[in-house]
Amino acid sequence: MRLDQRLIAEMIAPSTRVLDIGSGDGALIDHLFRYRGCDARGIELNMQLVTRSVAHGLPVVHGDADHDLAHYPDHAFDYVVLQRTLQAVARPREVLRQMLRIGRYAIVSFPNFGHWQLRLKLLLSGRMPMTSVWNTPWYETPNIHPCTIRDFLALCKQDGYIVEQWMAVDEEGERAPWRRSIRMANLFGEQALFLLRRRNG
Amino acid sequence: MNSTTPLAIGEQQHVRFAEGLGLDCGVTLAPVDIAYRTYGTLSEKRDNAILICHAFTGDQYVAEEHPLTGKPGWWSRMVGPGKPIDTNRFFVICSNVLGGCMGSTGPRSLRTDAEGDGAELWGTAFPPITIRDMVRAQHKLVHALGIEKLFAVIGGSMGGMQVLEWTVTYPQMMLAAMPIATSPFHSAQNIAFNEVGRQAIIADPDWRGGRYWADDVVPARGLAVARMMGHITYLSEEALTRKFGRRMRRGPVSGQGPEGPVSMFSDIFEVESYLRYQGSTFVRRFDANSYLTITRAMDWFDIAADHDGELTHAFAGTPVRFCVVSFSSDWLFPTSAARTLVRALNRAAANVSFVEIETDKGHDSFLLEEPDFDRTVRGFLCGVAEHAGLA
Repeated sequence: MRLDQRLIAEMIAPSTRVLDIGSGDGALIDHLFRYRGCDARGIELNMQLVTRSVAHGLPVVHGDADHDLAHYPDHAFDYVVLQRTLQAVARPREVLRQMLRIGRYAIVSFPNFGHWQLRLKLLLSGRMPMTSVWNTPWYETPNIHPCTIRDFLALCKQDGYIVEQWMAVDEEGERAPWRRSIRMANLFGEQALFLLRRRNG
Repeated sequence: MNSTTPLAIGEQQHVRFAEGLGLDCGVTLAPVDIAYRTYGTLSEKRDNAILICHAFTGDQYVAEEHPLTGKPGWWSRMVGPGKPIDTNRFFVICSNVLGGCMGSTGPRSLRTDAEGDGAELWGTAFPPITIRDMVRAQHKLVHALGIEKLFAVIGGSMGGMQVLEWTVTYPQMMLAAMPIATSPFHSAQNIAFNEVGRQAIIADPDWRGGRYWADDVVPARGLAVARMMGHITYLSEEALTRKFGRRMRRGPVSGQGPEGPVSMFSDIFEVESYLRYQGSTFVRRFDANSYLTITRAMDWFDIAADHDGELTHAFAGTPVRFCVVSFSSDWLFPTSAARTLVRALNRAAANVSFVEIETDKGHDSFLLEEPDFDRTVRGFLCGVAEHAGLA
């Protein structure tokens, strides 16, 4: 399991109901079932990963964030998790809205487009920046909705979501030290991780 | 074997329910015999039983040589010691469906009165049955075997319909359900194909208004045509092309072609030869009136219709763990039907897994070599056992 998945697991209370959107090989839901006693389920787009997960006994359905969340009932889960995917969905705002309709809490991680290397590369070269995190050229990247940590916070404010916890994480998933200053985190954090809840939840 | 005589029930492992079974149509069918086979050993706690529901023309001989055809069991690559449905671990039950013709009560059974006397077969007087009636009969069998809760109910195609009916009718009696290559309702296209099959049988002069057995004949040509057409729907264009292409079988054809002088039918395509073979072997083991009865039961199948037209209501609060499987080249029960089911299950917040297996083999894929499918079945059952604390 990646280190940032470990951070996500620590945000989740034991014995709760969890939906992991983009569950990949199922490492997080397996961990949550085995060690936290959670009823954890997954949605995954890549059919090979779905088959592998189900073949490991994990409850995973084939589907994607843009089309399949609408079919889940209100308040069906305690937590809905979206890992490193928000920037790749067609309608990120709608996906967030669905997550907080289905779940009491949403846990969202995404690569931070405000990182200093990206800013510097764009400034100096005048070309779309390429880094270890943002490593596909503009014409074939699946990341069609990049945002910065401050952009994301602005959207949360606009849509009335309460940020319970946030942290910047480096590419390996190690928690970065920028805990007090959002501006510093937005400059130095490679990935961002948020725990949100509904205002009335 | 002459398929116009009733199958000697004594030859089949079976239970008899003298009190009979109340059917959806309002008739009480009595007595009811259910022929079945079991594999493996029932555990002391009786918690390792898996019910397998067979498809339309299948039967209870899942994992052993078929007594009529001599062929291996229809799912012997899936069920057995060390197989994905492991009989070293699970107690596997499979019964011939109500309305079938391999020992369970159906149109080819003797119609008996209260004293148990009977001179005639049921034939077309056999009451119309539904998938739910089939499931009620299985439920009686499971109960008679002393099992209060099934570990899982598994089946493909029409077997998958029975699985879904089980989850709706007896949700507390099972831990897990695996509906495979199936749909929560029979589509207009499904009904259309069934109707062509039925009309082929009825149009055969040897059908004789359904009383062919009285004259010791079978509507072999009609039944064979129905089977040939059905078989096309079980395959895919790619699979047909890969297996047969446009290859010819050079004449003379031994008695299989239509009558008449040597002409445009003296050479036939491989695919024609294959279908004729499928048709002719089917006629030897399947009863025409069973064909009519069972296809009609499938046509009526619509889970949502029994729940105010809302599929989700059927599954509200279900405790069952589902694993829905579809096959990418199946156009008879396409992935879109599976997705409809999965979405309804999601709306009901059910615990559901859903896999679409990539294959070009069509609807029949669930009976064929598909390693990803095998892994899915094995893994899902292990996961269910682990979650239930039975691992």
